[in-house]
Amino acid sequence: MSSVPLSAYLTLALILFCIGLYGALSKRNTIIVLISIELMLNAVNINLVAFSRFGVSANITGQIFALFVVAIAAAEVAVGIAILISLYRNKRTVNIDEMDSMKH
Amino acid sequence: MSLTGEFIAFIILALAAISGAIFMINLQKVVHMVVALVFTFVSIAGIFVLLHAEFIAAVQILIYSGAITIIMLFGIMLTKHNDKSEQKMSMARTIIVFIGVVAFGFSVYLGINNLDFGQEATALHENNTEKIGIELYSKYVIPFELTSVVLLVALIGAIVLSKRDEKEEAKKE
Repeated sequence: MSSVPLSAYLTLALILFCIGLYGALSKRNTIIVLISIELMLNAVNINLVAFSRFGVSANITGQIFALFVVAIAAAEVAVGIAILISLYRNKRTVNIDEMDSMKH
Repeated sequence: MSLTGEFIAFIILALAAISGAIFMINLQKVVHMVVALVFTFVSIAGIFVLLHAEFIAAVQILIYSGAITIIMLFGIMLTKHNDKSEQKMSMARTIIVFIGVVAFGFSVYLGINNLDFGQEATALHENNTEKIGIELYSKYVIPFELTSVVLLVALIGAIVLSKRDEKEEAKKE
């Protein structure tokens, strides 16, 4: 039996997720918000891999899911940065408060 | 909980990951934040090794610490910041967000505090990559192929979105 319990891994992932959530909600720079979202996705990956070792039916499926999450995260960050750059080209700002042209 | 090597390694890696994330939140310059984030990503790769997921650890280093960080740096360098991330949010809103996040974390912590299913997969580290490959190409072929389509769409979409529109540029000038 492993000396590190499942709840320790889950708590680590929870702390990282909370830090990422705080960053995504409180920062005004769009790049920082994207970075915080990456941190949250990483915390979720820790959970998936931890359950692949300690879960109810522990097997390798959790690791496969973590791989899919990594692939989708890479696609997400590429599209996010592309949107950010074209927004910057049109509005000359990266402040998230000023990107409100879709309001009303 | 005895003080084995695995436990010590877990404590060190967890502290490194959390401190990297906290630095990421608190540093002033955007580039420094990205460097702190790389620190967190590498520590998380170490956590994956502890969880007997060597292939995921290698993917974590390659994709996150390599590719995603470089894309972030491109994004930072192609846009102009005053090099500092401005903090003009009102104090009250920061406090409300902080309280909300802490409440969320505490309520989830109550759920996972003593979670233990009492079983453990012991053979995950034997031929880890081979097992992932076999599983991926036998059970999860269709999601795998769909992922390749998603990556292609994201690639083309990113190019189309960030391509400079020559006609509009000429119109502006």
